[in-house]
Amino acid sequence: MAATNDPFQFQEFDEAGNLLEANRDATTISMEDDDTEPQKQRSAAGFPPDADNEDPLDTDDTTELLSGQKKSAPFWTFEYYQKFFDIETHHVKERIFGSVLPWPGRNFIHVYLRRNPDLYGPFWICTTFVFAVAISGNISSFLVHSGKPGYKYTPEFQKVTIAATAIFSYAWFVPLGLWSLLLWRNNKVMSLVTYSFIEIVCVYGYSLSIYIPAVVLSIIPFDWVRWCSIVVALCLSGSVLMMTFWPAVREDHPKMIIAIMAGIVMLNALLAIGCKIYFFGKPIQAPAIDSPPANESIKAASST
Amino acid sequence: MAAAEEASRPFAGLSDVSISDDIPVEGDISVPVGASRRDDELSTLDEPVKETILRDLRAVGNKFVHVLYPKRSSALLRDWDLWGPLLLCVTLALLLQGGAADSDDQGGPQFAEVFVIIWFGSIIITLNSKLLGGTISFFQSLCVLGYCIMPLTVAMAVCRIVLLSVSGTVSFAVRLAVVTASFGWSTFASTAFLADSQPPNRKALVVYPVFLFYFVIGWMVLTFSPSQ
Repeated sequence: MAATNDPFQFQEFDEAGNLLEANRDATTISMEDDDTEPQKQRSAAGFPPDADNEDPLDTDDTTELLSGQKKSAPFWTFEYYQKFFDIETHHVKERIFGSVLPWPGRNFIHVYLRRNPDLYGPFWICTTFVFAVAISGNISSFLVHSGKPGYKYTPEFQKVTIAATAIFSYAWFVPLGLWSLLLWRNNKVMSLVTYSFIEIVCVYGYSLSIYIPAVVLSIIPFDWVRWCSIVVALCLSGSVLMMTFWPAVREDHPKMIIAIMAGIVMLNALLAIGCKIYFFGKPIQAPAIDSPPANESIKAASST
Repeated sequence: MAAAEEASRPFAGLSDVSISDDIPVEGDISVPVGASRRDDELSTLDEPVKETILRDLRAVGNKFVHVLYPKRSSALLRDWDLWGPLLLCVTLALLLQGGAADSDDQGGPQFAEVFVIIWFGSIIITLNSKLLGGTISFFQSLCVLGYCIMPLTVAMAVCRIVLLSVSGTVSFAVRLAVVTASFGWSTFASTAFLADSQPPNRKALVVYPVFLFYFVIGWMVLTFSPSQ
């Protein structure tokens, strides 16, 4: 692939006279070649049995550490962030399918992400989810209210802002909290498995992908359909997270295991049920939920 | 003979600028004295302001034609400008004003929201394509994404005319058709310019955000409903 691309690159280089571009692309291609080989082997091998789990893990850890040292760039440079976008279309597809269809015993980080966590998937899945939930919430409220006297359609654009705040803070602050919690527990109880912050962000981002079809299905104006789709999405997403973080907390005290797992599931359920109630609420509930911000704004207006 | 001469004086090339006889020298290397008057005529300092403005407008109009007829040429990429995107963005945001229930908070997007979505959206898409290893420069990509909003701005103008004349289901059907067509046109035109700058196995990763961007703008155009 690199050989076929090279003449093209140099043409571009001649035309644009852009030395930086050509160089950067060349390094990406070589990194890509390094990374795709083990990735393919791993997915071809499938999930290794549990007894053999520890050894390949450890070697993977050391190789990751070494490779990280080899191509480390300071965090303010563009190259540092470029390595989180070093993926191809088929990787993203595999990861999305892996997060939508969790398989018992298949750890998302070990099977799909190892050595190469990306930020492309989490970012664009979150953005898609924001617009999907805002737009389908708007369509569903139109379908519920249409035909009633005195109803005037409004785009409800402020829902996009609310959805963006809720979803992006879930996808970034929860991993941050979980990462610091795991770091702290790892100091107390030696665990064989540690995850980096980017890996946790990546798992959380991809685990949201199942919610996108779920909220699109929620357009159907029957309450039981909405609850079903949200609960199914909640179970799938929750099970991906549970299976991923199980090895990291397995060595801990039973109380801590229960607390961490319950925390993960509770926050996930909070997001799912919050989305269902706020964006696809019952027609009677909708004004009741919408009224507190209006009251606040009135208060703020009167106080100023 | 020349080789022997060079061997005897190893640093001759540094000091000696004269060209030996066996190399044929061609071309006009004299300083063009007579051409200076022609240069003065073409200088942008002396021309009337009207011509300057007209030339820039012609460049912008030329790019509009490129978007309407997106053949894979690099003219839109080479001389980027942000005048056209600014014009289109402001027009779209102004046309989206005066929508349903501007007074309460259930209304459509405000001017600033449209502006922010268009500019931050294109900046994020550009950063995304650069991070994925695209060979296109930052402002070239911004220019292409901005110019390719044009079909959607036209659709917005058509929607406002349709909303003035007819109402009800017919109006919605016409608007849906117009917005879908212009959304497809925008996505097609921008990918025709942008997709070539990517490695082949990452094209879908670059095209998807562009699709989402124009889809959201198309949604804003479609859901616009005027106040009564």
